[in-house]
Amino acid sequence: MPKEQDQVITAEITRRDFLKRVGYASALALAAGGLGLALYDAKGPAPSEGQKALTGLGDFTSKALAPGPGKMAIIRGTDRAVMCEQGIKALGGMEAFIQKGDRVLLKVNAAFATPASLGATTHPETLAAVAGLCFKAGASQVLVTDNPINNPDSCFAISGLAKAARATGSRIIAPRASLFAPVSLSGGKLLQNWPVMAGALTGVTKVMIVSPVKDHQRAGASMTLKNFYGFLGGRRNVFHQDINGIITELALLIKPTLCVLDGTVTMMTNGPTGGSLSDLKETGTMVISTDPVAADAVGVELLGRTLADVPYIQMAGKAGAGQADYRQLKPVIIDTKA
Amino acid sequence: MRIVTVRRLSQGFFLAVFLWFCVAATLGAAWWQLRGWPINWFLELDPLTALATALATGTIYSALTWSLVTIALTVFVGRFFCGFACPLGTINQITGWLGRRHLDLAGRVEANRHRRAQAWKYYLLAFLLALAFMGSVQTGVFDPLPLLHRSVNLALLPLADSGPGVLSDEPRLYASVWLIGFVLLGVVGLNLVFPRFFCRFVCPLGALFGLLSRWSPWRIGKTADRCGDCVICEQYCEGACRPSEKFIEGECVLCMNCLHRCPANRITFAAKASAAGEAALPDLSRRGFVVGGAGLLLASMWGVGGLAGANRHASLIRPPGALDEDRFLARCIRCGQCMRICPANIIQPALLEAGVQGLWTPAINYRISRSGCLPNCIACGQVCPTAAIRPLTLEEKQGAGEFAAQGPIRMGTAFVDRTRCLPWAMDRPCLVCHELCPVSPKAIFTRTAFETIRDGQAIPARAQGTGVELAAPIPTAVNLASGDYYLRATGQVEAALRRITGSAGAGLTLEGPLAGEGLPAEGLKVEVVVRLQRPFMDPARCIGCGMCEHECPVSGLRAIRVYSENESRSRPGRMLI
Repeated sequence: MPKEQDQVITAEITRRDFLKRVGYASALALAAGGLGLALYDAKGPAPSEGQKALTGLGDFTSKALAPGPGKMAIIRGTDRAVMCEQGIKALGGMEAFIQKGDRVLLKVNAAFATPASLGATTHPETLAAVAGLCFKAGASQVLVTDNPINNPDSCFAISGLAKAARATGSRIIAPRASLFAPVSLSGGKLLQNWPVMAGALTGVTKVMIVSPVKDHQRAGASMTLKNFYGFLGGRRNVFHQDINGIITELALLIKPTLCVLDGTVTMMTNGPTGGSLSDLKETGTMVISTDPVAADAVGVELLGRTLADVPYIQMAGKAGAGQADYRQLKPVIIDTKA
Repeated sequence: MRIVTVRRLSQGFFLAVFLWFCVAATLGAAWWQLRGWPINWFLELDPLTALATALATGTIYSALTWSLVTIALTVFVGRFFCGFACPLGTINQITGWLGRRHLDLAGRVEANRHRRAQAWKYYLLAFLLALAFMGSVQTGVFDPLPLLHRSVNLALLPLADSGPGVLSDEPRLYASVWLIGFVLLGVVGLNLVFPRFFCRFVCPLGALFGLLSRWSPWRIGKTADRCGDCVICEQYCEGACRPSEKFIEGECVLCMNCLHRCPANRITFAAKASAAGEAALPDLSRRGFVVGGAGLLLASMWGVGGLAGANRHASLIRPPGALDEDRFLARCIRCGQCMRICPANIIQPALLEAGVQGLWTPAINYRISRSGCLPNCIACGQVCPTAAIRPLTLEEKQGAGEFAAQGPIRMGTAFVDRTRCLPWAMDRPCLVCHELCPVSPKAIFTRTAFETIRDGQAIPARAQGTGVELAAPIPTAVNLASGDYYLRATGQVEAALRRITGSAGAGLTLEGPLAGEGLPAEGLKVEVVVRLQRPFMDPARCIGCGMCEHECPVSGLRAIRVYSENESRSRPGRMLI
C-alpha cells in the first residue's frame, strides 16, 4: 500500500528532522542569547565619543646640540638659497641638526592658493633650499605639510610648493582626515581634545618650520609661531577669540628642530592674505633659529612693530617656549652681499 | 567580424571613454587629470543640447558644433548613436539583458513587443523644445548624456572619494545628491520592467534621433514580404521596433540583433525599403503634441513668477562668470561638470533655490567643503559646455589688465550679521573674516571698540605700580591675560587703557601703571575693558567670494553671509550706484 509506506517514511523523517530542528533552534537561541549578553550595555552612551588624546606632538630638538639657549643666525641678502646655506653653515652646518637616515618634516605655510610672488605662503625657493640641505646632510626622506585654509591641492599647486617639493625629491603630505588625532596639551586650556595633524609626524625624527613674515591684524603678525596653527584641524577658527592664548599653547605643542623665517620679502599690509604686490616690501632678511620665539621676535622688527604689538611672543616666552629677547641668543649676523 | 560584435566593441569603447572623461574631470596637472582631455565630448556630440540652446539663444556655442557630426550620421543611417555609442543606452542594454536571462523565447518577444507608449518620448521632446523655444532649456533633466554625467560626477565618483580618497584627498560633498543618484537607479532599475525602458519611453534625445532618421536612406529592412513567423528577430530587439512585421524605422536603435539572428537571413541593413513594409515613426497623436505644447505655457508662467527679476532669490549665488538668470537658464543643461571640477567643491546642484526651473543647476554653497571661491581659479567657466558660465580669463575674473576699468567679477556681497557676530553681539574678539578676505585692500575693514565687559564695571580695587588687586575675582570665562583685555579707572573715560598682561585670582598685572588724573588712594574703582575689532563691509570692494562666510567660526548660520546683491551677472541685483 503506497499510502502506508508514505506514512512510515514520513514518520522516520519527522523524528530525524525534529532532532535536527531542535539542534538548530537551540544553537540559534544560544547564539542570540550570547550575542545579546556580549553586547549588553547597562550604562548607556557617553555624552560624547572620546579617543585617547595625545599630550603633545613631541620634542624634535637635535640631540647633537649642547643643551642651553638656542642658536640663531640673522642673514641679510636677497638670494634665499644663499642665505639659507650660509645661515645654517654658521650654526654648524645642517649636520648639526640632521643625522643620516633622519626623516624630516618641513611645516610650511601653504595657507592660500595664491602664487609665490604675492608672498602669502612659504616661498618655494626657501623650501627647496632647506629640503636640499636636509638631503645633503643625509636625510632619508623629506616630507612637506600644512593644513591650509583654502583647499590643499590648489594651495600646494598654485603656491609653487608642490613643484619645489617634487624638484628636490620631497613629498607633500596632504591633510587627509586620517592624519588627525585629538590632542590635550598638558596644562593647556584651549587645546583640549582637539584634532591635530599628528599622523603627519608618524616616523618623523626632525621637524623644521619654514615660514614667511606677514602682517596679521588679529594676531599682530603671522610668522613662525602662527605657522603652528596649520597643525590644527577642526573648526580651528574659534580660537581666534583668544588668538594670543592659542598661539602660546601651540608653541608648547611641539619643539621643532629648526625654524627658518624668510623675511626676504615681508607682507607689510593686508595680511595674511595680501593679494597685491603693493602689500609687500623687500626686507632682505632670513632668520634661522632653533628657537621659534626668538625668530619671531626678529620678524616683528621687519614689520616695523614692537613686541607690545604682538603679545603672543612674550606670552610664549614666559610659558617656556623660547626667548623673546632674541639678543640673549647672541645671534650670528651675516651679510651675504647678494 | 560580425556586426553585433562590432556594435558591442563600440558600446564598450564609448562607455569606457565616457567614464574616463568623468574621472579626468579633476583639477590638477597629473596625466589623468584635466589637462586637455576632451571631457565634454559626449555633451558636445549631443544634438538635443545644440538644438535646445539654439532655440533659446539663436546660436550654437563653440564645440557644440560636434553635434553636427552626430546629426549628419543620423540623417543618413538612423539612430546609430543609441545602439553604438550612448553610454546610458549601453548600461540600459546590459541591465535589460541581465534581467531577462531566465526568460524563454515567448517571454523575450513579449518584453520587446512594440508599445504605443513609445510615442511618449516624442511628446516629451515636444514639451522640452517648446520650453526651450520660450527660453527655458530643461532638456538636461531628461537628456541621457547630461543625466549620466551628472549622476557619475555627483553621485558615483564622490562615493569613491568618501572613503579611500581615490580622486581627491578629501571627501567631495554634494547637497541632496541622493535624488540624482536615485533617478539614475530608477532609470537603470526600470530596465527590469521593460528592456531599455528609458530609451523606449522617455529619452528625448532618442526621439530627436528618430525624427532625424525620417529620411535616412540606409536602414534596417527585410528582403521578403513573408517569412516563417518564428519571431526570433524580436527576441533581442532593443528598440522594440517590430522587426517581424512592418519595421518602425524611427524606433530602431541599430542594435543589429535581428539581422544577426534571423535564421533565413531575410534582414538587411541597406539603402532600400523593407519588403515587408515600413513605418517612419510610431503612431503619434496630435493630442500628445498639444499636451507637449503646454511647455510654451509653463515657461510663460515661470516668467510670471519673476525669479529672474524682481523676485530673485537673495541666497542664489551662481558661479563666477554665470550669465544673468534668464540667459543662464537658456543654456544650462545641468551636466554637473562645473560642480565636479570646482576645486573648492562649493558649486552644488540646486534643489529648489532657483525654482523648479532651476533644478540641479549650479548654485554656490559656501558652508559646505573647504574654501570660498578661489581668486586664482576659473575652472568652472572653462569646462561649461554651453557657456551658461562664461569662460573667463584670470584677468577678467580679477579685473586686471584690460578689465581694470570694469573691475573684478562679483558673485555677490557679504553681509555681517551683527546679531550673530562674536565681536558685535557677544563681546568676543574674532576677526577671522577680515583675515581671510583675499581682496587687496581688503573688502572687510574694522573699527576698534572698547567695551566694558559684563561683571567688569566699577570693581573696587587697590593699585600698586603695575599690579592691581581687585576686591574679588571676576566671574568671567575669558582669559583676562590674553592680550585683548584692558583696565582703566572708573570715571576716567579719557585715560589711557592699560593692557592686562597677567592674571591670578583677584590679582592683575598691567603693562604699565594705571593712568588717570588724581586717582584716589582709597576707594579706587576700575573697569575691565575688552578691545573689539568689529568687521565692516566695503561693498565696493567685496567680490562675494565667500572666504569669510566659509571660515566664520559661528558654524551653523554664519555671522557673515554672501547674498546675491551686487553680483556682476545681474542688472536687477545691482546695489551700488
